[in-house]
Amino acid sequence: MQQPPVIQNPVTYAQTPNTPATNAPAIEANNLKYDFVSHDNQIRILQGLNLTINSGQQVAIIGGSGSGKSTLLSLLAGLDVPTSGNIQIKSSPFSQLDEDGRAAIRAKYMGFVFQSFQLLPSLTALENVMLPLQLKNHPNAKTLSLEALNKVGLSARIQHYPKQLSGGEQQRVAIARAFATQPAILFADEPTGNLDNTTGQMIIELLFNMNAEAGTTLVLVTHDIYLANRCQRQLKLENGVLTELTTA
Amino acid sequence: MILPIKLAWIQTISLWRAGALRVLVFALVLAVAAITAVGFFTQRVETALNQQGGLLLGGDIALLSDHPIADKFEKNAISLGINTVKTYEFVSMVVFGEASQLAEIKAVGQGFPLRGDLTIGQKISDTGNVVKSVPNAGEAWLEPRLANLLSLKVGDNVEVGERKLRISAILIREPSRGGDMFSFAPRLMMNAADLPSTKLIQFGSRVKYQLLLASEPQKISQYFKQATPQLSRGEKIEDVRNARPEIKLALEKAQQFLGLSAMVSVILAMVAMLLSSLPYIKQSLDTFALMRCFGTSKNTVLHVLAMQTLIIAFFSALVGVALGFIGQFGLAKLAGSLFLDELPPVSSAPIFVGIVASIAMMLVVVLPHAWQMRNLTAMNILRRETLKQASSAQAKFLPAALVMCGMIFWQAHDTKLAFSTIAALLLLCVSIMAISYVLVNLVNRLFNLSPSNPTLNNIKLGVLGLKRRFGLSTVQMIGFSMGLMVLMLLALIRGDLIRNWQASLPIDAPNRFVINIQAAQIKGVKQFFERQQINNATIFPMVRARLISKNGENIAQTQWKDERAKHLAEREFNLSWAATMQSDNKLFSGRWWTPEEHGKPYISLEQDLAKTLGIQLGDQLLFDIAGSPLTLTVTSFRKVDWDTMRANFFAVTPPGVLDQYAANYISSFHLPIGADTQLNQLVREYPNLTVIDIAALMQQVRGIMQKMSSTIEYVFAFSLIAGVAVLYAALVATREERIAEATLMRVFGASRRQVGIAYVAEFACIGLIAAFVAAIAANLLAYYMSEYILNIPFQLNVSLAIYTMIIAAMVIPLAAWLGLRGFLNIPARQLLNSI
Repeated sequence: MQQPPVIQNPVTYAQTPNTPATNAPAIEANNLKYDFVSHDNQIRILQGLNLTINSGQQVAIIGGSGSGKSTLLSLLAGLDVPTSGNIQIKSSPFSQLDEDGRAAIRAKYMGFVFQSFQLLPSLTALENVMLPLQLKNHPNAKTLSLEALNKVGLSARIQHYPKQLSGGEQQRVAIARAFATQPAILFADEPTGNLDNTTGQMIIELLFNMNAEAGTTLVLVTHDIYLANRCQRQLKLENGVLTELTTA
Repeated sequence: MILPIKLAWIQTISLWRAGALRVLVFALVLAVAAITAVGFFTQRVETALNQQGGLLLGGDIALLSDHPIADKFEKNAISLGINTVKTYEFVSMVVFGEASQLAEIKAVGQGFPLRGDLTIGQKISDTGNVVKSVPNAGEAWLEPRLANLLSLKVGDNVEVGERKLRISAILIREPSRGGDMFSFAPRLMMNAADLPSTKLIQFGSRVKYQLLLASEPQKISQYFKQATPQLSRGEKIEDVRNARPEIKLALEKAQQFLGLSAMVSVILAMVAMLLSSLPYIKQSLDTFALMRCFGTSKNTVLHVLAMQTLIIAFFSALVGVALGFIGQFGLAKLAGSLFLDELPPVSSAPIFVGIVASIAMMLVVVLPHAWQMRNLTAMNILRRETLKQASSAQAKFLPAALVMCGMIFWQAHDTKLAFSTIAALLLLCVSIMAISYVLVNLVNRLFNLSPSNPTLNNIKLGVLGLKRRFGLSTVQMIGFSMGLMVLMLLALIRGDLIRNWQASLPIDAPNRFVINIQAAQIKGVKQFFERQQINNATIFPMVRARLISKNGENIAQTQWKDERAKHLAEREFNLSWAATMQSDNKLFSGRWWTPEEHGKPYISLEQDLAKTLGIQLGDQLLFDIAGSPLTLTVTSFRKVDWDTMRANFFAVTPPGVLDQYAANYISSFHLPIGADTQLNQLVREYPNLTVIDIAALMQQVRGIMQKMSSTIEYVFAFSLIAGVAVLYAALVATREERIAEATLMRVFGASRRQVGIAYVAEFACIGLIAAFVAAIAANLLAYYMSEYILNIPFQLNVSLAIYTMIIAAMVIPLAAWLGLRGFLNIPARQLLNSI
């Protein structure tokens, strides 16, 4: 029976105040369309939507299964390219860039948390966190990673492999990885989707606390209303159209 | 039971469609094809070689005796449906008018030879016609040399004993001319029906009685088993292997190499199987975990897995056997073109062997996982908790390792070869783990010292990938390294073997022996060599001697363990003397004499003879030379390369030791075809000389070697294909994980160039380490095998090692890059969904 991890630097799971947003846009999308082609069928996922997210804002995108939430997140993060329309990151053209150009912007500004954690099974927790920093040839990759793991309460599990960690622990490693690079924008795709309620709640608190501390722009895709309500803005994606649920 | 079969079938088809089975099945098919092709082929070649050897004997086997052969041996053979014919060989004078010449008479029965045929002509210079008959009663055929010596021509009458025979043909070629070449006298062949009337065979006559037998291999083998226990003193059964040592050596080496090639293909295919089994096992376990979730019992799941394993093994075996069958036609074509007859038909044994091997190989890959799965819950399997148990993860490879060892023993047909191969494979695994560990730490430190150059950082990322995936990378390196090692080993051995054959029988190798040269004739013989511009002929002295005692113990009273020792001890030795050792001799132990020791009673013995007779260095050997005793001390043992076809001696003394004894001399030299007239002039000048012509025999040996070289090249191609399969399987084994890593790297902002550099750097390291270790292991193993198993000189091939390392460091990363390149062009989001 494995002992529960000792959290070195416990975070407070109380509601944290939302980070004040600035007026400088972190992400701008104009007339964004995305078609999915399967065999002879062309399905329009996004119907020319416009979106501006200011720096420091926390934005939740909600919608039913298959509504295109994750697709929108992928487009905003440059993991895929829109059929038409354009995206700007920090007021610089983004979607028009080639794959490597978009990768460079991602390396500079973005962090990710996925529903299925996306940890590499052959790497330890520490190595998983270090990976994006190593890609940047960061001189303090190990120190920053250890700090990040400490913040998520996993300093005792740094040499553990993903398969030796519970789901919640794996997601905490993913959060540490996302924040270790101190990204300007954090994309989170259903971060609690694979977790039970209690663990999910804990992850949400951790995510928002760390976000508040770092002042990161958060773009969150979820179908969890409770989680969406924690964000400053809630946008609903339905039939390829994005609707603002919150009032400015 | 129907349900598991149905489920197994459905799942096998799904796995095939999903691509999880392809490399595994390919490797399995290749292993079975290699086993069966070489199995089919070696079996056919074995039979054919025995028949080819039969040409040299005149039958498949020969029962030899120094007394009349009991009728029961012939009756038994006939009852088994074996063809038989009797021959009688003895030495006697052939008289023509006033002239006479010692000749080797061969009286043959109707039907001789049972294998091969005779070539006769009407004149000495004829190329001759092939005939399937023997001399009629009252007639005789003569070898050109005998006709020359007695100035005989077709139509003349000669006397053999009390019988007059008419010369009806010149015997141009007799394939069965064999036996102890130093007893050769020119041949006269006559009909066995005339033998009684010659009245030459009396009580005590020295006659070689021979019963030749020929039939299908099974019958011959059955006869051999039945007749061997019935043999009495002076009787023995010979096949080509013990009748012709020079051919035996060539055949044995070729068969060892064929066995080695088959073994290599099997090792490679098994490595490929093990590597490619990982994705298959993963997908199978996923499916079985789901089946367990849906309520299927453990037993049903295991039944399905067992059925699935059998289905894959059986169908792979069918395809493998079919390919092996087709493949052996290619081998047979190469070999068959040089045999006189076509290769014998294929037997069904290799088919069963292929199927059994396939099922065994598949079971050892799957069984350990199945066994462990019995005690796991569905959740355990879904969470891959089987992999947590490190000790059992290694134990999973144990059955496969044991089966691989078994396969090595089975295919190698040689315990020493099998042990040395297994030792080399173990050494290779340990070396790879050690070297990669050291290298990773070294690179880590070096890069820590280096400035933050982005390209260097990407290379560092790649090299550190070895550390991140130490287990998988090591497996991958071992796979590559085993592939490279065995291929290099084959290349090295093949080169050495073929070089050795070519060197042992060069075009100008001696093809004539002249014996019975008297001391007074040496000058004349040397003049003949000068006239013929024969520069490398040496004349060796020979003194006949009988071994009487060893360290005072009488040899005749010694109980010899085997017939060979008894035969060697009882026969007469040809003692020779030499100041320096012959170039094709190698000092095995002891030391050669100095010029100051000339005249001292020393003796150097051939090491095999010494071993058989239990003679040690320093032993005192008493010889009887024409009634005079001579004691000699054993000072050295030599290894003699008998297949050079040069005159060589079991026993040699320093010069001056045998001066007081009557000696005659022997020489061997190369004479081009068509230059026999001059040789005949020499023989006319010195009628006592006996010339032994081994040109035809050498041609046969050379033919076998050539044929074997071609088949070796062909079998080598099988191993090459298996090597490529290993390369591919090793890449596939970690591909999924590398794609996942590359995708995440791209998500985190790595450019395709960055990912590419890291990937290529990692595989370049893998290739280099694998090739480096493989080069060392292959050379060590090749050295061991050349020196101690195949008995051929080893040649260190540094350039092959360097080329292999360069090629491995280029081709392996290139192949890996080509495998990944496609994925780098797919949007990261699509890949994220699938990882």
